[in-house]
Amino acid sequence: MSDIDKKGDRYIVAKLFLGAVGMFAFAMFLMPPFYNLLCSVLDINSPRLNTKAYVAEQVKIDTTRKVKVQFVTVNSASMPWEFHAGDTVLEVHPGESTRTTFHARNPTDHRMVAQAVPSIVPEQAVEHFHKTECFCFTQQTLEPGQEIDMPVVFIVDQALPADIRTITLGYTLFDVTDSAKTPAPAAKTDKKP
Amino acid sequence: MAHGPAKGLSRWLFATNHKDIGSMYLWFSFAMFILGGAFAMVIRAELFKPGLQLVQPEFFNQMTTMHGLVMVFGAIMPSFVGLANWMIPLMIGAPDMALPRMNNFSFWLLPFAFCILASTLFMPGGAPNFGWTFYAPLSTTYAPPSVTFFIFAVHVMGASSIMGSINIIATVLNLRAPGMTLMKMPLFVWTWLITAFLLIAVMPVLAGAVTMMLMDIHFGTSFFSAAGGGDPVLFQHVFWFFGHPEVYIIILPAFGVVSEIIPTFSRKPLFGYSSMVYATASIAFLSFIVWAHHMYVVGMPVAGEMYFMIATMLIAVPTGVKVFNWVTTMFRGSITFETPMLFCIAFIVLFTTGGFSGLMLSLAPSDFQYHDSYFVVAHFHYVMVAGAVFSMSAAVYYWLPKWTGRMYSEAMGKTHFWISFIGFNLTFFPQHFVGLAGMPRRIPDYNLIFADWNMVSSIGAFIYGSSQILFLFNVIRTIVAGKPNAAAKTWDGATGLEWTVPSPAPFHTFSVPPQVK
Repeated sequence: MSDIDKKGDRYIVAKLFLGAVGMFAFAMFLMPPFYNLLCSVLDINSPRLNTKAYVAEQVKIDTTRKVKVQFVTVNSASMPWEFHAGDTVLEVHPGESTRTTFHARNPTDHRMVAQAVPSIVPEQAVEHFHKTECFCFTQQTLEPGQEIDMPVVFIVDQALPADIRTITLGYTLFDVTDSAKTPAPAAKTDKKP
Repeated sequence: MAHGPAKGLSRWLFATNHKDIGSMYLWFSFAMFILGGAFAMVIRAELFKPGLQLVQPEFFNQMTTMHGLVMVFGAIMPSFVGLANWMIPLMIGAPDMALPRMNNFSFWLLPFAFCILASTLFMPGGAPNFGWTFYAPLSTTYAPPSVTFFIFAVHVMGASSIMGSINIIATVLNLRAPGMTLMKMPLFVWTWLITAFLLIAVMPVLAGAVTMMLMDIHFGTSFFSAAGGGDPVLFQHVFWFFGHPEVYIIILPAFGVVSEIIPTFSRKPLFGYSSMVYATASIAFLSFIVWAHHMYVVGMPVAGEMYFMIATMLIAVPTGVKVFNWVTTMFRGSITFETPMLFCIAFIVLFTTGGFSGLMLSLAPSDFQYHDSYFVVAHFHYVMVAGAVFSMSAAVYYWLPKWTGRMYSEAMGKTHFWISFIGFNLTFFPQHFVGLAGMPRRIPDYNLIFADWNMVSSIGAFIYGSSQILFLFNVIRTIVAGKPNAAAKTWDGATGLEWTVPSPAPFHTFSVPPQVK
C-alpha cells in the first residue's frame, strides 16, 4: 500500500515539477520572442516598427490637403546631451517627401553613444507615417563637445485618414554607451575592467 | 504506539506533521497580516488630511508597495496554505500530507523570504517603491538598489508556493480514503486542488518576470528596455499573465471555505455541489485568457480590447453560479448566526459588491476613466479583504474548536465581526466615490475636494485594523483558557470527516483510513 503510494507520489511530483519548470521556460524564453513576433505580424506596438526604411510609392502628391507634423524631443533620465528639433512644426502634403534635421551635442567630457527611439501620436497615423532616412536607424557616437545635425526624411502617405490633421513625431534619446554593440574604444579606456 | 511530537524547538524546526506545519503557516501569515496592516495604517494616517504630514512621498511609495506585497504573498497566500495543510488530510481521511519533508521546506522558506523583503526597508535607497505590480522600467531602470533583494525574495517565496502546491496535489490525488471519489471531496479540497494547479502554472511565470528584470538590471539584457530594442509593455503582459490567475489563487480557497461553512449553519447540504466544482474549474480556465484587462490603456488594438472585455465579463457567469448556490443553500435553511456564519454572509454580500465593481472595470471604454483611480483600490479590497480575509476569519472561528479542543468566546467573535464589518465598509466604500471623482491611487497628497471621504476612510481603517487585535486576543484566550469542548462535532449541522476525529485533533489522525460510503 505505502509502496504504491510512494511510487504514485514520485510520479506526480516529477510531472508537476516538470510542469513548473516548463512554465518558467515558457515565460523566460517563449513569451518575449512570441510577443515580438505577434506584434510584428499584427503590426502593433513593435519596437522595430518605426525603425524600418520605407520605399516610397510613385504616386501623385495629394495637394488637396495639408498635414501638420510636429517634432518633439525628450531626453531619457540621466541623458546629458543637448537634443532638439531643427523645425518644431512643418506642414506637408500627403505623398510628399520632406527633410528635416535634428540637432544633438555631447556636452560631457567623454565619448558617448546614443540611441533614439521614435514614437508617433496619434496611434492611427503610425502605419501612414514613413521614414525613408532616420538617425534612429543607427546609433550615434559623439566625441566630447562634438555636435551633429541628424537628418530625417519622411513621407506621410495618401491613405492617412482625413480626420487626422496633426501628427506628432517624438524622439526619446537614450544613453547606450555601456551597452553599445561595438563599444567605443575611448569610452572603454577610462573604465576599470 | 504513542508517537507524539518532539519536544522544544525541534518540534517546529523539523516539523513534518501536517497539523504543526499548518499551525506555523497560520501564525506566520497572521504576523505578516499585522505587518502589512501596519504599513496600511501608515498609508491611511498620511491620507487622513490633504497635504504631507507624516511621511515623505518616497516613503509613502515604499509603504504602498510593501503593503501590497506583504498582504498578497505573506498574509493571504500562506494563510490558505496553512488551512490546506491542517484541513485537507483531515477532510479526505489521509494520515498526513504526501510529502512531509518538502512541506517543512516550503514553510521554512517563507520566513527567510520575508526577512529579506522586510530588510529592504533599512537599506540605502529604501525598500521597493514601484508598486506591488512592479512595472518596468520603474522596477528596473529607476528602481532603488534594494530591488535585487526583492527579486530574490520573490524567487524564494515562489519556490515555496510551487512546492506547497505539488504537495497538495499529490496528497489529494494519492491519499484519499477508500471510497472518497473526486466528486465526493469537500468543496474546500476541490478549490485547493484547482488553486494548486493554478499556482504551478503561474508562479514560474512570475519567477520568469523577475528573472528578466534581474537580467535587465545586472546583465545588460534589454527585455523591458526600449533603448535596447525591448518593450516595457511586454513586462505588463508577462506580469498579468501571472497576476490574473493569482487573484483566483487568492479567492478560490476562500470560495471553498464559504462552501463548507454556509451548509453547516444552514443545516442543509450545499446546493449544486457539482455545478460548484465545474464553476471553479471554469473560473480557473478563464483566468488564463483575460490578463490584458489590467492594461486597457497601454494602446492595444480595438479588437484586443473587445476580446479581453468580453472574456472578462464571461467570468461573471461561473461566479454568479457560485453566489446563486450559496444563497440557495441558505434558502429555507434553519440558519443560526454564529461568528463563522456572520463572516460568510458578509463575504457573500461584500464579495458580490466587489464583483459588480469588477464588472464596471471590465468595460474597456469606462475603464479608461477608472484606471489607476481609487475606484480600483475599492474594487480589489472588496474582493480581497472582504473575500479572502473575511473567509479566513470565518475559517479560523469555524475550525478553532477542532484545532484546540476549546471553544472561542462567541460574544467576542461577534464583536470582532461587527467592528470588522463596519470598519471595512467605512474604509473602502468611500473610496468608490473619490475614485469615480478622479482621485488617483498611490499618491500621498490629494485635492481638497477629496478630504472628507478620505478622513472617513482613514477612521474606518483604524477601526478595522484595531478589530484584528481583538481577533488575536480571542484566539490566544481560546488556546489558553477557552471553555473545553471535547465533542468531535462542534457544530450540529457540520458534515465531513474532520468532524469524526476527537477535539482537539490528535497529533496523528486516520492512521487507518476511514471507509467513505
